[in-house]
Amino acid sequence: MPEISKQNVLSIEKSVPGRRGVRFEKPAHTPDKYLPSKYLRTHTPRLPQMSELDTVRHFTNLSRQNYCLDSHFYPLGSCTMKYNPKAYDVLSALEPLANAHPFAPEEAVQGTLEILYNLQELLKEITGLAAFTLQPAAGAQGELTGILAARAYFDARKDKKRTEVIVPDTAHGTNPATSHMAGYTVVNIKSGPDGCVDKEALKNALSERTAVVMLTVPNTVGLFEKDICQIADMVHAAGALLYMDGANFNALIGAAKPASFGVDLMHLNLHKTFAAPHGGGGPGSGPVGANEKLAPFLPRPAVEKKNGKFTLNARLPKSLGRMKAFYGNITVCLRAYCFLRQYDGQTLKEVAENAVLNANYVRVCLKDEFPAYFDAPCMHECVLSLNKDKMNGVRTADIAKRLLDYGFYAPTIYFPLIVPEAMMIEPTETENKQTLDAFIEALRRIFEEAQKEPQTVHDAPHSQPVKRIDEVSAAREPNLRW
Amino acid sequence: MFISNTPEDKKQMLEKIGVSSLPDLFKDIPQDLLYPALNLPPALTESALTAHMHALAAQNKTLLNFIGAGCEEHFIPAAVNALSSRGEFLTAYTPYQAEASQGTLQTIYEFQSCMCELFDMDVCSASHYDGATALAEACAAAMRVNGKTKILYSAGLHPHYKEVLKTYLKHTPGLKLEEVPLQNGTLDLHALKEKLTPDVSCFAVAGPNFFGQLEPLEDIASLTHEAGALLVSVAKPLALALVHTPGQYGADFSVAEGQVLGNAMNFGGPGLGIFTCKKEYVRQVPGRIVGIAKDKDGKRSFVLTLQAREQHIRRERAASNICSNQALCALNAVIYLTLLGYAGLREAAELNLEKAHRLKDMLLADGHRLKFDGLFFNEFVLELNAPAKQVIKKLAKKGIAAGFDLGRVSKDLKNCLLVCVTETKTEADLQKYVEAMRGF
Repeated sequence: MPEISKQNVLSIEKSVPGRRGVRFEKPAHTPDKYLPSKYLRTHTPRLPQMSELDTVRHFTNLSRQNYCLDSHFYPLGSCTMKYNPKAYDVLSALEPLANAHPFAPEEAVQGTLEILYNLQELLKEITGLAAFTLQPAAGAQGELTGILAARAYFDARKDKKRTEVIVPDTAHGTNPATSHMAGYTVVNIKSGPDGCVDKEALKNALSERTAVVMLTVPNTVGLFEKDICQIADMVHAAGALLYMDGANFNALIGAAKPASFGVDLMHLNLHKTFAAPHGGGGPGSGPVGANEKLAPFLPRPAVEKKNGKFTLNARLPKSLGRMKAFYGNITVCLRAYCFLRQYDGQTLKEVAENAVLNANYVRVCLKDEFPAYFDAPCMHECVLSLNKDKMNGVRTADIAKRLLDYGFYAPTIYFPLIVPEAMMIEPTETENKQTLDAFIEALRRIFEEAQKEPQTVHDAPHSQPVKRIDEVSAAREPNLRW
Repeated sequence: MFISNTPEDKKQMLEKIGVSSLPDLFKDIPQDLLYPALNLPPALTESALTAHMHALAAQNKTLLNFIGAGCEEHFIPAAVNALSSRGEFLTAYTPYQAEASQGTLQTIYEFQSCMCELFDMDVCSASHYDGATALAEACAAAMRVNGKTKILYSAGLHPHYKEVLKTYLKHTPGLKLEEVPLQNGTLDLHALKEKLTPDVSCFAVAGPNFFGQLEPLEDIASLTHEAGALLVSVAKPLALALVHTPGQYGADFSVAEGQVLGNAMNFGGPGLGIFTCKKEYVRQVPGRIVGIAKDKDGKRSFVLTLQAREQHIRRERAASNICSNQALCALNAVIYLTLLGYAGLREAAELNLEKAHRLKDMLLADGHRLKFDGLFFNEFVLELNAPAKQVIKKLAKKGIAAGFDLGRVSKDLKNCLLVCVTETKTEADLQKYVEAMRGF
């Protein structure tokens, strides 16, 4: 059959001169009435020329080439792909909120500011920290904010000798990158045989040069740092600060407050734990919390309440500075506020409990086929590995692609780096046993296929709009635009 | 609320795991710290939450908006949100499994392509947090390119962009940051020439600048390049439909805030950081980039590429720590541009230009005066007989957001108001504004 309706045709290839989707009123004059030719654009950009219907079909059909949470289980470890309630789509886009200008007179944006203020209060309560900023645009920017706050703190104390940040090998890759951006030297330490921080290694690394220890909790192998309180004491005894990467807070929400462990600073990912959708890669939001001591160093401006009115205060003399042009990714904050208002002090812990229950269930059910790298109860995600002798050359990448054929998005693979052939599975609390059973069954069948017909797995996926992509081919001669 | 394991499910799962209760799963957490008291408000049902959010939203007042200053109100065709709010786009993650994410990947490739066309540049990333962080990252990239650590920036940059630039870069070893002043609202070229010493890595300039004034960017580019420095420009994407492009005047890096392309203001966030550069600098681009690849059958497909720059591989040696992009905002932008095409975008830009000049003429005819007499696109500065702060307050009472109070930037400008007019304003809106301004 001739290929009439082609997939992956670019909009520019569907473009027909003279066609368009939107019309505005006609301007009365040409631009040269207002601007001399020296300042004008000299040639026409090649933008698509399409009708509204062409455009709607183009993007609708593109959307259908995506797996997404609304259609598929999405057990991407470290990403907390939980259900994004539809009510929040509507409530975060209410017109008076969507049309608010960041420089509008404050009396015209009291609603927005009140929600932001209340969200800060809620985040303070569930983490136990003294202050929160909602300014950072993403988790990685939250980390940078936190480390810059630490640096501002030491600078204010004129403590210039602290030039190092200690990062365990079970941390997110952003942690060392962030420390470097803040001008620190990164000291990597290895984790112990139990997957947790090796306290001896930490002790040896800590010195009067240490500014911050960055700890991902639970860490990237899905384990809680069981000695965290002692670690905090060691860090503080060395005069350093303990930063907690809270990207994995779904394991702890409602069940424990990081401040009680001795954490000085942390960030949260509102697009993970707090049910905001990921949007294909963003926008996210990475609020940073600080204890009393570090609070004055958080970015400016801050949302404050004064005499019953809400205000953005930029007069914060100790602040590390401004992190982005305007305050925070507001739509994401609005969704997080909605999420937190649907739980109370009794029920919030059920989020963490079910997230942890689901991850452990997957871990235990698959222990014969895909053993957990660290054979211990996990938190919100489990990190599985392969028994190489049994896999007939089938690798984790193959399994990930084959899962797509079975109707599941793949786990995070080859991360953390310390686990060979890692598969990091994070079900989240919004999935149920029946979905997990189907996923477990799919992985078992793939395990069987590896014994009986490994080529089927090697050649996967078989069901997608494209076959296995040669990613190296893209980097060789980059084609990044039409 | 959205937990769907039933008590029976949980029982069976706990049995399978081999523990007797949910708290048993938290044995690694110090037990005295487990399950602390939480002082949270009562949980709301969906219907109660809806009423609550409507009540809070009603605390905002929608004003007839003449504020720009980095975030602008523009018409958004209904098809933009109708398409981008589809769950297939909204609830997908960063497209790691390319074969099951071709939709998102192709839209990003099309976004990059549209931006390269609009900016006249070789390369565009998958997007950045916002214009300000894109600028900071572009300056960091420039320093990596030529190994120099002195950055000059125009006094005409958005004041918040200057702040972000300082926050991001201040811990770079050897960094020197120096401002080049303006003269009558545009860059002082003599000062630029003097300050362009051989140790300058790059010069960062906005055109149109924060005061709405167009800059002689060709001249600025020549001076910068003659001194052996790189040019980092901050462009206005809608203006680029009409005015000289970064490619035309020879920018090495050009960044912008892309919110104006199909994204609501949302109190300033999320923004859409557009990051473009010449192709020789592609390996210094921070964050995601999508490229074309081939699948096993040789079919065209799309993937995240050049990942060796990124944090999850290079850790502390990465170009940046960024790992998200503003995919949803970029999607809005590319749908917006696809709907409008160049003809529509040009029309929208011409309307901005025309209406801003119309309001300026009406105000001048009414006895007002401009602070600067240069060329502008859709923003200009009025010099009033009273502090802008007071005028803004009075107009807000009449339902108008008069503009941005430049007294927030400099005491010398306390009587100055930065006014923005977009295609959303009708002749009646402009008249209403002029009437409200009478007497100031």
